[in-house]
Amino acid sequence: MSFPWANEYKPQHPVMQWVDERLPLPRFVYNAIGGGYPVPRNLNYWWNFGVLSGVALMIQIITGIILAMHYYASIDGAFNSVEHIMRDVNGGWFIRYAHMNGASFFFIVVYIHIFRGLFYGSYKAPREMVWLLGVVIFLLMMATGFMGYVLPWGQMSFWGAQVITGFFSAIPVVGEPLRQWLLGGFAPDQAALNRFFSLHYLLPFVILGAIILHVWALHIPGSSNPTGVAVKAESDTVPFHPYYTAKDGFGLGLFLIAFVLVTFFAPNMLGHPDNYIPANPMSTPAHIVPEWYYWPFYAILRAFTVDFAIPFTGIVIIPAKLMGVLAMFGSILLLFFLPWLDTSPVRSGKYRPLFRKFFYVLVFNIGVLGFCGVMPAEEPYVMLSQLAAAYYFAHFLIILPIVSRIEKTAPLPNSITEAVTGKPLETAAA
Amino acid sequence: MATVEQAESMTETVAEDGVRRRDFIHIAAVSWAGVGAAAVALPLLNQMGASADVRALASIEVDVAAIEPGQAIKTSWRKQPVFIRNLTPAEVADANKVAVGTLRDPQTLAERTKPGKENWLVTMGVCTHLGCVPLGAAAGEVKGEFGGYFCPCHGSHYDTAGRIRKGPAPLNLQVPEFAFISDTVVKIG
Repeated sequence: MSFPWANEYKPQHPVMQWVDERLPLPRFVYNAIGGGYPVPRNLNYWWNFGVLSGVALMIQIITGIILAMHYYASIDGAFNSVEHIMRDVNGGWFIRYAHMNGASFFFIVVYIHIFRGLFYGSYKAPREMVWLLGVVIFLLMMATGFMGYVLPWGQMSFWGAQVITGFFSAIPVVGEPLRQWLLGGFAPDQAALNRFFSLHYLLPFVILGAIILHVWALHIPGSSNPTGVAVKAESDTVPFHPYYTAKDGFGLGLFLIAFVLVTFFAPNMLGHPDNYIPANPMSTPAHIVPEWYYWPFYAILRAFTVDFAIPFTGIVIIPAKLMGVLAMFGSILLLFFLPWLDTSPVRSGKYRPLFRKFFYVLVFNIGVLGFCGVMPAEEPYVMLSQLAAAYYFAHFLIILPIVSRIEKTAPLPNSITEAVTGKPLETAAA
Repeated sequence: MATVEQAESMTETVAEDGVRRRDFIHIAAVSWAGVGAAAVALPLLNQMGASADVRALASIEVDVAAIEPGQAIKTSWRKQPVFIRNLTPAEVADANKVAVGTLRDPQTLAERTKPGKENWLVTMGVCTHLGCVPLGAAAGEVKGEFGGYFCPCHGSHYDTAGRIRKGPAPLNLQVPEFAFISDTVVKIG
């Protein structure tokens, strides 16, 4: 799709004309991320993070393919092969540190991308499908990140695998057989390591496919914008290229500076030192923590410490363990329903004073959950994580639907052009 | 295509319920293809289960003669830790003192040990919460509030019969299948 005023692809060179008639791939690219895609003229820098996420995925795929050339997925050799990459492979340390920190930076830009969507109401009609596919991509990323973290076969790798696959044993009746089936054994071992490697290599390409669908779905209505007001006329838009290729390029430069600073000067800042100890199935580290990007969800998992039971009868309806697992998955699955939980017709948080306040509280609350996720499972952190987890669910299930109904929103500009220039949109332009 | 369809429908007798012979053939053929797909899916899923060499590590024998009362050892069975603990009379008494009905996973010490060998507590060293190895088997480790085992990951406390008493774990430490094949040798598995 496009707006009627979108530039048409007109190849000048005869070779390109020849190609266009037979396989219009350059035309497709031109219409997707070139001069043929009209984009609202008022996008701010928060709109950089979609492109940055794509770049981060490419960094992961390229460095990952190289690492796979030197890594071997064997419980006796995996740890040593990672050390071999770090010490012996020419420049291997750089590739591995780039991949390790690339994962963190991928999550950083994706989290900002998600929060941008939450603030500006990008999940609302007609972009629900874009949002749903985004949640799918997020789930795939979490699975891929987890399996990648297992591959070095250090202490955190092993015990992370033990704990995460332990989630499945919480499922009644089929849980334990399911866990053994997933692991190919009674505990994480050779079979598990090998299949995690296979899937860790596969899933990024599945993510790539999901991203193509995500961008495709985005191009049906076109990009949203900070006012949340729909595009009405040509003067509301500019072509993606050169305007946003330039703006994204500038943002990319800043992103890469931050990325290489961490990769070269603090490569282990975001990791856990225990993963430099080879896996030992007989000894659990004193304090198992996942990677930072899972901390909020880990806190929700651990917030459930008592069974959900009928009082005084001892009849347990849902054991604490299952509750924690359900809540953790639920906290993400909940996002699938977001477009229908927030019923306000106004998209952008800019014009929603009450929503905006709760948005900032939510961001803070997720920060608190992250903090609880990294602290040991003891008071006061357990209590804190219970309160924060309860608030997380309350935000989406109670606060958002109520705010959507009672809120008095600020007046919207009549058009993007008016918001930017202060002059009304000329009807002649439409 | 359209002309072919038309020609068929003209020549074919349509049953009273409106289902043509060709509809039946289509449904039957696609259903049979579905059966085929399911049959192919079976080996694709089955390969992921524990392989024969993993399942073959089924049993081990452990000499427990050197374990004094109050001591425990940690051994490995099916790549998972197993605790073998020689309980002191005081620990046995502690375990028997508890009213079974008040437990989250009600079991007596006798149900978890072998007759005449109630002081030998053999359990998996795998927390029933999320699979960490609890502390308390080696000398000097924290044994938790109930003197048995303590899981440091999420704070589950087990008593001297390896039963869950406090924390998020849903079940008692699992007792593997085991037997005394002599006075001092335990066969696990």
